[in-house]
Amino acid sequence: MTTNRVTPWLLVAPGAVLFLGLVLVPLVLTGVLSLHGYNHTTGIQPDFTLAHYRAVLSDDYYLGIFWRTFRIAALTTLICALIGAPEAYILSRMRDPWRSVFLLVIIGPLLVSVVVRAFGWSMLLGSSGLVNQAMQALGLPSTRLLYTETAIVIALVHVMLPFMAIPVWTSLQKLDPAVEAAALTLGASPFTALRRVVMPQVTMGMLSGSLIVFGLSASAFAIPGLLGGRRLKMAATLVYDEYMHELNWPLGATIALLVLIANLVIMLAYNRAVEARARRTLG
Amino acid sequence: MLKNGPVALLFHTLVVGFVLAPLVVICLVAFTPENTLSMPWRGLSLRWFRAIFDHPDFVISFQNSLLLGLLSATLSVAIAVPAGLAIDRYSFPGRDAINALFLSPLIIPHLVLGVAFLRLFALLGATGDFSWLVASHVIVVTPYVLRLVLAALNGLDRSVEAAALTLGASPFTVFTRITAPLILPGISGGWLLAFINSFDELTMSIFVTSPQTVTLPVRMYMYATESIDPMMAAVSALMIAMTAAAMVVLDRIFGLDKILVGQR
Repeated sequence: MTTNRVTPWLLVAPGAVLFLGLVLVPLVLTGVLSLHGYNHTTGIQPDFTLAHYRAVLSDDYYLGIFWRTFRIAALTTLICALIGAPEAYILSRMRDPWRSVFLLVIIGPLLVSVVVRAFGWSMLLGSSGLVNQAMQALGLPSTRLLYTETAIVIALVHVMLPFMAIPVWTSLQKLDPAVEAAALTLGASPFTALRRVVMPQVTMGMLSGSLIVFGLSASAFAIPGLLGGRRLKMAATLVYDEYMHELNWPLGATIALLVLIANLVIMLAYNRAVEARARRTLG
Repeated sequence: MLKNGPVALLFHTLVVGFVLAPLVVICLVAFTPENTLSMPWRGLSLRWFRAIFDHPDFVISFQNSLLLGLLSATLSVAIAVPAGLAIDRYSFPGRDAINALFLSPLIIPHLVLGVAFLRLFALLGATGDFSWLVASHVIVVTPYVLRLVLAALNGLDRSVEAAALTLGASPFTVFTRITAPLILPGISGGWLLAFINSFDELTMSIFVTSPQTVTLPVRMYMYATESIDPMMAAVSALMIAMTAAAMVVLDRIFGLDKILVGQR
């Protein structure tokens, strides 16, 4: 039976080596890079310093961008929950073939490139775009939508909606529709049945969906890049600018790592809170 | 069976409209005969589709993306199938850690992966090298394949394999004749999902591509930040059509809802 101790290692070895070399090593190298000094004429310095972390965490310019990133990601998450959860519930009450058709319509766009979807929204929201034309037809003043935070949030909601709808849908699949029907037969009002039977299931899906949506929105690149213009930066577009335009790689690495750390901290804290909640409500 | 009320159906209609609006607008504008981004109110034209071929950079980046997607999807299957077998079939020290390592690219923002790869490639002197670009895409798409392979192995009836072994088949024959065909839908679904994810990837690729290896999404992003004409709509419409075709195939072989809704 010695082969059984070796076989699994042989099977995972190629992948494991690749992943260690191309996930862990680059992350460590980036961590080291963020500690190197930077000089605009001579480039990356060999010395080690925490100056970039100090600069990023004390400068109002960077803090403003972090705050905007957090604000936009939080708002996107909230709107996705308010749209995605009821939509998943409505889908779960449909009959086939409508149910499968509309499930595909809601989650299918996930497979369409983000660049394509961002471009679609920039056409819709542009100054002569359809949204403005419709508003003028209704007698409303034309408003500048493109290159505003509103445009970023609208497009982010569009991109993130499947990530909210999917977990809510999955948790609703675990709910036997007969339970809701039973609650109604036993005299519960539709509202009570919704609140006491459906909501606890939906909430679990919503909580895990929120985590995904928040994390992806906070590090989104294409949407703020194409719909926020040059001035409205978010964390990811800031990193890109530091790398490609300022050429200050150590500073860019610092910001990218702060995004990663914030992401992981929020994920762990949130998971702990959700687990505690699940223990309380489900016993 | 409970039914949706009129309010629910109205809400549903609005959501579906919201989801489809940008895609529909792209597909309409792609057929415009005008010089500007406008709806094709006055007849349809294919001129912007033809215009794509006057931009060799778009054609080249399309070829880059296609090759990149084919290679990285195939390599990720080559990694994920044995790894999935090991994780599903054996208990060995570090199994959970290995599994977490393989799935880690799902929780690391692509932005961070992009700068991390850029640093590694710069130190190796491999910036803009196509094979390293493939390697970086393999990292990003392998988790998707692994999840589907694990799901397929999980749903497999082990007694069929046991029967084949009892009847004298070698372990290799059991794998090629029994196991592989049974998990083939998972593998092919994973391959296609990996291909689509690689083909669409922007945030990481924009850091690690060079002018020679620019992928289609990166090219489109660069183009859209500088100028916007209906050709972008034509390229986008083609990508939507490709995705829709892939969706139909995915749906046939595995059930799209199963793949996207996913089960760990």
